[in-house]
Amino acid sequence: MARLFEYQGKQILKETGIKVPRGRVVETPEEAARAVEELGTEAVLKIQVWLKGRAEMGGVRFVKTPEEAERVARELLGMKVKNFVVEKLLVEEKLRIQRELFAGVVIDDYAKKPLVVFSSMGGTGIEEIAREHPEALLTHHVDVLEGFPEYRARGLLSRLGFKGKLLVKLSSTLSRLYQAFRKYDARSAEINPLVVTEEGEVYAADTHIAVDDYAVYRHPELGIEIAREFDRPPTELEKIAYKVEENDYRGTFYFFQMVERPNPEENYIGFHGAGGGGSMMSMDAVLNRGFKIANFTDTSGNPPASKVYRAAKIILSQPGIIGYFASGSGVASQEQFNSARGLVKAFLEDQIEIPAVLRLGGNYEEKAIEILETFSKFIPGKIEGYGRDDSPEFCADRLKELVEKGGRKVHRVKPMTDYTPPEGAYSFKTLTGRVYINHSLCARCEARPCVEACTYGVLKVEEGKPVLAISEEDAAKGKCTECLACELACYLEGERAIHIDLPIPGLKEYREKIIKEG
Amino acid sequence: MAILIDEKTRVLVQGITGREGRARTKLMKGYGTNVVAGVTPGKGGQEVEGVPVFDSVYEAIEKVGQIDASAIFVPAPLVKAAALEAIDAGIKLLLLVPDRVPIHDVLDIAAHAERRGAKFIGPNTLGVLSPGRAVLGMIGGRPETAKQWFRQGDIGVSSRSGGITSAISYYLSRAGFGLSTIVHVGGDAVVGLPHPDVMGLFEQDPQTKMMVMFGEIGTTQEERVAEMMEKGEITKPIVAFIGGKAAKEGTRFSHAGAIVEGGRGSYASKVERLRRAGAYIAEALMDIPRVVAEVRRKHGLD
Ligand code: SF4
Ligand code: SF4
Repeated sequence: MARLFEYQGKQILKETGIKVPRGRVVETPEEAARAVEELGTEAVLKIQVWLKGRAEMGGVRFVKTPEEAERVARELLGMKVKNFVVEKLLVEEKLRIQRELFAGVVIDDYAKKPLVVFSSMGGTGIEEIAREHPEALLTHHVDVLEGFPEYRARGLLSRLGFKGKLLVKLSSTLSRLYQAFRKYDARSAEINPLVVTEEGEVYAADTHIAVDDYAVYRHPELGIEIAREFDRPPTELEKIAYKVEENDYRGTFYFFQMVERPNPEENYIGFHGAGGGGSMMSMDAVLNRGFKIANFTDTSGNPPASKVYRAAKIILSQPGIIGYFASGSGVASQEQFNSARGLVKAFLEDQIEIPAVLRLGGNYEEKAIEILETFSKFIPGKIEGYGRDDSPEFCADRLKELVEKGGRKVHRVKPMTDYTPPEGAYSFKTLTGRVYINHSLCARCEARPCVEACTYGVLKVEEGKPVLAISEEDAAKGKCTECLACELACYLEGERAIHIDLPIPGLKEYREKIIKEG
Repeated sequence: MAILIDEKTRVLVQGITGREGRARTKLMKGYGTNVVAGVTPGKGGQEVEGVPVFDSVYEAIEKVGQIDASAIFVPAPLVKAAALEAIDAGIKLLLLVPDRVPIHDVLDIAAHAERRGAKFIGPNTLGVLSPGRAVLGMIGGRPETAKQWFRQGDIGVSSRSGGITSAISYYLSRAGFGLSTIVHVGGDAVVGLPHPDVMGLFEQDPQTKMMVMFGEIGTTQEERVAEMMEKGEITKPIVAFIGGKAAKEGTRFSHAGAIVEGGRGSYASKVERLRRAGAYIAEALMDIPRVVAEVRRKHGLD
């Protein structure tokens, strides 16, 4: 769930016709002072982070004058709460609160319907209210084909004893909250507290809206950087990974860091799962053997080799890990040779010295394991491949043994260089990269295994050299599946005439930085 | 008998001309599924793996006759339109394969399906497979592996993870047990046919003698299965395994989401509830065949 900041949520509410306090977002103490001056009233300064309980953290402060606002803003901006550094404050008029209520809309997974939740007690956590004051709580399932009109909200709220103008205002707010929830593809939308002022007005004093990750593409206006649930801003490496996922619709790639700089003393490994359930199970297996995971990665849904390669390169940009563990359900429906080739290309390039245990059970696992075995001799670290009949626990034990036997090597991040193709190299574009073939080396190659390796029929031999058998346009549109088979076949042949360049924007610079830090 | 799909089920593939649609039509046909038509708007008149392609679901039904189930392989943003078309044309069982279908689209599909008495599986599902009969979706990847991995028998399998659906089923088959139907209910928060519904179908199925269920943290599906057991709506033995023990709890749900879950949804709560209701809990995936063997002995199932 992509959470919105309070000020973004309020913008949405305002557009939908729900009253929010006057105010604006600021980034400097001087701006804060100006904002308070503009308001001309006492004001409240609130840090903009995706966390609840900001008041207890000292992140909500009341001020009387612009000068005071400036001083307080100086304290708040740059303050660190949990994993957040405060960059923005919301400056708002102070409300004269008479009463606090709660309004929310969530999704009931079992009913497969939105659930409107309203409470005549507010302010505190809704769980508490539900526990301690069930009589103050009202829930209502909405039929999405009918919507949630105001008259229905009115009918419901009158049961809680609301009357007259207040009833009308609250009903309008609740009905509009539902509209905003639908319009912005929210997983949940809450107003807490929903405030009744001494003047009898109804305001959304604070709001939490979380947008469905899968629908973020429909809402570019929200400027959501990473459509994933985080309780902190994304790390640099996570942003790089997210770009990879964004630029390639084939399969899914998820990358999350547990620590940014794994301590080499602490048994951190690079973790590369496949599929939710299988990843969880595999994670349990390594955690139970005293390993810690530096990152959680999941490549699944039949990703191409190129995506697995990029995932591996990103995992290998973490210094301090002492092993690499890849494991999924063990009986995957996806073509496992793609995973094998992606991993191998990354391991070859980075010449990893730490051990890697790769459990690639499932469809085409025999081929996958064979690929790993064939190439392990070109990689300094020990590489072992396993299949569906080997449990995650067994594989985790193997990793443990390899780490110990190998003298507990610590991973060093390798620099990346931009690829410069040899002069006159033949090349064509693929969906996310480019294939380069150094034809000058092909003359002495009799077997031409590259063409045979390309089971997709993308390559053919012409005048003794491998060239495209299809149009450049088709190759670029995805007919070349970036399976990496041709490159690896040529590698084995000894010529290494093929290089498939698969850029990962930002990774080179990131690695440089890591290496500089030592 | 099996549930949801067998060799007689007349299947439509929506998005049949795409990368996934093509590959999985080959799997389904190769396994023995009765694929009678495909739909890709604008590509009517073609053939994929010997299956005629039409421009619309209505046209497909007009030309080939009744259709019992549709497997949908269109890109996620187009799933809603494809599903509503199938529901509107009167198809009663839908399989929504794609990952990343917006949740509000799923709510819309659910509302239409409810009105027309249709069921849907998924989204984000590998599908359903009745060993020796038919597969709907992409379980197994290729016909050869699907045939090799899964044996026919009397255990119903239902799982929230695709890979684990295959893994459990393979490990059971390897241990000599057979399966009636295996169902990947889908990995998303809202799915058309969650565990309780699948368990209800297995309960009614004469071929199925016991069930294996893979649950995960989040949602209340497993707790509701426990409720059904307590109410006597499920009487056949269930072996359950809940994943995500090591995962951080409470990160997946919003605050007010807790109202829906009401203190449920965690690993501990699921295991507790199921155990109390009489389910047998496997502590590790690889343990499932052993637990199944014990349960069968206890219930005289061999
Ligand atoms: S295998 Fe390498 S050297 Fe041989 S033809 Fe292919 S690209 Fe050229
Ligand atoms: S040219 Fe062929 S073998 Fe090489 S990456 Fe593309 S599809 Fe694979």
